[in-house]
Amino acid sequence: MAGDGYFDGPGPERMYNDFVDNGKFMIQRSKSTGAHVFYPRTINPGTGEADLEWVEASGNGTVYATTVNRQRPEKGGDYNVALIDLAEGPRMMSRVVGIDPADVKIGMKVRAKVDKIGDQPAVVFEQAE
Amino acid sequence: MMANPIRGKTACVGLATAGCGEAPGRNAMEIMVEAVHGALADAQISLSEVDGLFAATAFHSMAAMSLAEHLGIQPKYTSGSNIGGSSFMAHALDAAMALEAGLINVAVIAYGSNQRTAGGFRSISEPMPFETVYGPRNPITSYALATSRYMHEFGATRESLANVAVSARKWAQLNPEAFERGDLSVDDVLSARMISDPLGKLDCCLVTDGGAAIVMTRADRAKDSPKTPIHLLGCAMEHHHRMISAMPELTVSAAAKSGPRAFEMAGLKPSDMDTVQLYDAFTINTILFLEDLGFCAKGEGKDFVMNGRIAPGGALAVNTNGGGLSCVHPGMYGLFVLIEAIRQARGECGDRQIDDAKLCLAHGNGGVLSSQVTSIWGRPETV
Repeated sequence: MAGDGYFDGPGPERMYNDFVDNGKFMIQRSKSTGAHVFYPRTINPGTGEADLEWVEASGNGTVYATTVNRQRPEKGGDYNVALIDLAEGPRMMSRVVGIDPADVKIGMKVRAKVDKIGDQPAVVFEQAE
Repeated sequence: MMANPIRGKTACVGLATAGCGEAPGRNAMEIMVEAVHGALADAQISLSEVDGLFAATAFHSMAAMSLAEHLGIQPKYTSGSNIGGSSFMAHALDAAMALEAGLINVAVIAYGSNQRTAGGFRSISEPMPFETVYGPRNPITSYALATSRYMHEFGATRESLANVAVSARKWAQLNPEAFERGDLSVDDVLSARMISDPLGKLDCCLVTDGGAAIVMTRADRAKDSPKTPIHLLGCAMEHHHRMISAMPELTVSAAAKSGPRAFEMAGLKPSDMDTVQLYDAFTINTILFLEDLGFCAKGEGKDFVMNGRIAPGGALAVNTNGGGLSCVHPGMYGLFVLIEAIRQARGECGDRQIDDAKLCLAHGNGGVLSSQVTSIWGRPETV
């Protein structure tokens, strides 16, 4: 709807990053379809409604795919990159941290936390109990 | 059924590659122009007749404009659609439509890259928002993620993947133009340095220089061509995502949609193909595309590629030039895929020639399994 201020102010990428900078993992949900959305979009992907709202993510997820990016120890060593299926439905790229990157397995239950990768705050995941 | 208005109405009448492997001292545009010169000579068509120009590279954001200027021509129709390595199959469809509509008479599709001698892999990609912070090394990380999922769902092993690389190398050993022609074993592939698990160095395509070009005209003119015209019988595209994290299912590419539509346009089926040229940036590509294009069922690709079935003398002639894995991969490999299909249909492939090859498939892939364009080419008697 034009004139309701939906498109005013910072866009979804800036808003997401601002949430993460403040230690929060927020995703979007379409008011009309109820579907959750990640990555942050401007309008509801596929249907086009301008009705996305921010909701706090549960933080629960499952590893959908995983890799170990090999890197020399002096450059920081090997690290995990994974695709995580969020409990709400959407999938995101992230890292599973706290265990050997090669021990991250598809199907593993994981839990989100906001941490830093280098100097940059980011949503990463740890193996759930 | 009404005949498709594009099927067979245009043909490739000239082709050339240039600077494949290493072209020291030559820039991307110079390599591309050399290929255009070669393709026009092959077609015996003069540069001044070229009125449609199609190009994409990682080195020129407006490649077709830069190319036209370097060539000194003023095309009536120019397109630089960039959907990664699949751009050139898309350009062939663009060219076919523009030719058949009478907008142009002679189309040139071109590509050039000097990435190897210019310092290494040259990505055309900008950093992906919402992924970059996690440090993916694209494109490899994305293909590694897809490979991990494929292995998980279908119980594939790295040995299956290695068989793709070994088969490609055996084809390359029959191709004087191929960059890597040394002996290669499954053990060599398995023991190579890991890059992004489960992909090791030899699961990944080459980083070479290289240029390529083809010339297309309408069929009425093509029949007087000095070389056997190879007609575009079917071509279709589809893409499902840009970032790997947005790919709906990592084990099913959009080729499962582009393939059937290309076959439908051509009025043909997978078993009609005499050769199958697939964009093999990584070993997983060949397996996924064999499945998605209908040469075997989903999940069976891992077995399909074993025991030399896609190697020389095997049941299906796949990537007969040696592929991006062993022949040439200058960053956007699609036009080389297409040229190998047409060379096979022409019967120009020497030791690696498939007897009586009439119908050849050339499948392009762009991005991170993102864009898929399937094209089917045939000799005049197949139109």
